[in-house]
Amino acid sequence: MGNGETTVEKESSTRSALDIPWNVVVHNDPVNLMTYVTMVFQRVFGYSKERARKHMLEVHQQGRSIVWTGVREPAECYVEQLQAYLLLATLEKAK
Amino acid sequence: MTVEVTRTGDGLRLARLDLFFVELLRQIPVSADPGDSDAARERIYPAAINEPRGTPANEDWRSYVHPELKQLFTTTSQTVREDLEKFEQLDDSEDNWAFEIPAAHFDQWLNVLNQARLALSARFEFQEKEMNQSGPGTIETVRDLSLFQVHFYGFLQECLLQDLAA
Repeated sequence: MGNGETTVEKESSTRSALDIPWNVVVHNDPVNLMTYVTMVFQRVFGYSKERARKHMLEVHQQGRSIVWTGVREPAECYVEQLQAYLLLATLEKAK
Repeated sequence: MTVEVTRTGDGLRLARLDLFFVELLRQIPVSADPGDSDAARERIYPAAINEPRGTPANEDWRSYVHPELKQLFTTTSQTVREDLEKFEQLDDSEDNWAFEIPAAHFDQWLNVLNQARLALSARFEFQEKEMNQSGPGTIETVRDLSLFQVHFYGFLQECLLQDLAA
């Protein structure tokens, strides 16, 4: 087909898009209990109670917290897990 | 109105329930269903990226992740529904019912209680101020009743979380 180079370019651009660091962000909502949010952070990320509580307080006081940063695929898995616990979680490209 | 909560080792026992609280408990899986409320559905099934819903990433999320979430929520709801078939009437009066949440189902209960609280809050647009109060002063409207439900379900979540942390 004679477009091998184009294919390589597409692959590398896809790869670099996936490799850009992504933030997992949890947003505040007035419904989820603080103790529940802390427990979810401990369970999903294996954070200590202190670290989980720090992120929970960031969510509560600042409206959002970046709870994890890394490549896209695990970031998506974390967002799905957090949404399964009904937290308001999204992905965003890290700056 | 009184509810007696006891940790039994096998679970969390709720006793001295009158029919009002029995009905509130039976309403948990019903309230958890977003039904025809777009606001409730959008809160239970959020987007993946803070962009308009129609963007490709969010459409993919809707196509691939939301069905998995729906399956999970349906399963947890079914567990809670089955547990809710086990009320005990302790005497002839209609105001002395008991019920036990099995410890093995605490996670499912936490999940469905959360679904119910989120769906009700989205449906009735409860504000942060209302959520931070101890509940409606009086129950005169469906909205008051729903706010009371949200607070009662939150109380149950706190009891379950305390038990899990113990």
